[in-house]
Amino acid sequence: MPYALEITNLYKTFNKTTQALRGIDLKIEQGDFFALLGANGAGKSTTINIITSLCRKDSGNIKVFCHDIDKELDKAKECIGLVPQEFNFNIFEPVQEIIINQGGYYGLGKKECIERSITLLKQLELWDKRNVQARELSGGMKRRLMIARAMIHQPKLLILDEPTAGVDIKIRRSMWQFLEEINRQGTTIILTTHYLEEAESLCRNIAIINKGEIVESTSMKQLLNRLGTETFILDSKESVTNLPVSEDFSLKQVDTHTLEVTIDKSRSLNTMFDFFSKNNIKIMSMRNKSNRLEQLFLNLLEGDES
Amino acid sequence: MTFNKKLTAFNTLISKELKRFMRIWIQTLLPPVITTTLYFVIFGSLIGGVIGNMNGVPYSQFIAPGLIMMAIINNSYANVVSSFFGAKFHGNIQEMIISPIPAHIVLLGFISGGVIRGLIVGSLVTLVSLFFTDLRIFSLVIVLSIALLTATLLAIAGFINAYYARTFDGMNIVPVFILGPLTYLGGVFFSIDMLPEFWQQIAQINPILYMVNGFRYGFLGSADIQLLPTFVILILMNIGLYAFALRLLKIGRGILD
Repeated sequence: MPYALEITNLYKTFNKTTQALRGIDLKIEQGDFFALLGANGAGKSTTINIITSLCRKDSGNIKVFCHDIDKELDKAKECIGLVPQEFNFNIFEPVQEIIINQGGYYGLGKKECIERSITLLKQLELWDKRNVQARELSGGMKRRLMIARAMIHQPKLLILDEPTAGVDIKIRRSMWQFLEEINRQGTTIILTTHYLEEAESLCRNIAIINKGEIVESTSMKQLLNRLGTETFILDSKESVTNLPVSEDFSLKQVDTHTLEVTIDKSRSLNTMFDFFSKNNIKIMSMRNKSNRLEQLFLNLLEGDES
Repeated sequence: MTFNKKLTAFNTLISKELKRFMRIWIQTLLPPVITTTLYFVIFGSLIGGVIGNMNGVPYSQFIAPGLIMMAIINNSYANVVSSFFGAKFHGNIQEMIISPIPAHIVLLGFISGGVIRGLIVGSLVTLVSLFFTDLRIFSLVIVLSIALLTATLLAIAGFINAYYARTFDGMNIVPVFILGPLTYLGGVFFSIDMLPEFWQQIAQINPILYMVNGFRYGFLGSADIQLLPTFVILILMNIGLYAFALRLLKIGRGILD
């Protein structure tokens, strides 16, 4: 099966001095939900901008669904939908008009654009705002408007550059649901985000970019498996005054009723529960600490620093 | 992109431009009508009564084509400057760049928006002039072709201005310091025969002189400048500036990267 995106040896230098990309190689399979992570200035947005023609590459090769952007740029562009980091619509235009116009730029007839825009506006809960000027929308609505606009031509590859930045958790979750749904329907998605739990819960594969180089590209599962330990947050029924010490796992008190346990993956969780039973600590609930990817991410970046 | 898809994209760009300036008609369509009415009242009726005839016609009839042309020039230019600069400022130029529309279609879309606004305002000003003077048309073909060539040229010039403009001030430098003086010195209110010999020669390098006089010829059947050089200059300038503007758009300085 051909790749949705193939990047080979991509280089970009700004102002002859700032080397933004230093030989990026990346392959993303069709139907994937792919996370492209990196610190600010690592080269994520530059990579995305080159893929979408907003920035020129110095050298390297990019193929979008087998269409080389140097030879078949139009066909490549037809495959891509972009949700950029910054709001980039005319704030004085009505919401539905922004979406319909974008469809027109891809050569879609007006009737088709209207029908599709109605579906998207309803799916993204913007229907009531269809006639208002975009400047009247809240931050979360503006983000959803950009998703609707990017989806109007039904792209095979949707690229989202920090789509949930500054969006409250309720709207973020509804956006996740929407993205998961279109991914299920076959759209390949590339996501950049600073919310690592977002990448962890949505994406199947991941690449980490640092200082213009891909320092890791693997499946999310494999990456997370590299963490030899797992951390849990436990809520106890009574307050814990004297924290016992275990030789099998590390135990940390977060507050009087909350404990943090870091346990080796090779050990059974029963060891942990036996320990708490012996020490008369009743555990009422337990959850994964959600910063597993964050830890790995930092490890990779720090590894690169050293 | 197939021809039909390009046509749809082009229509979308025109429709967007039309809606943009119609949405703000109080800023785009009304002011030139009011300004022209004042010009007719002051120069046509009050001062014109003192001046009498110019080039064999009443003064109000003499200035009417110039005033219409002035409205076309200003509005074709202003539309593309504000629209393209706005698209850069808001970032929505990226909507077009990431889509498969060829650069020449994008450019034609912006130019067409300017031409349409210029011609709409020109038509409104023509209607206003009918209240003040007896406006007859010597050749409709000449009137329409000069109007179209001028509106296109100024729309392209507006695009180039917006391309280079980095601030809102940058949008206004050319209209205020170059376009305005050239228009007023381009024979809207006077015949260049009234100028001293030296200044008549200098006036010949002002392209707006050709636009105004070519347009005047279409109404009155006579003007200070001959028709052939007018058409040659306008066509050559249109081709040259269009090629330059297209090159700029493809380079994309301040738009790409």
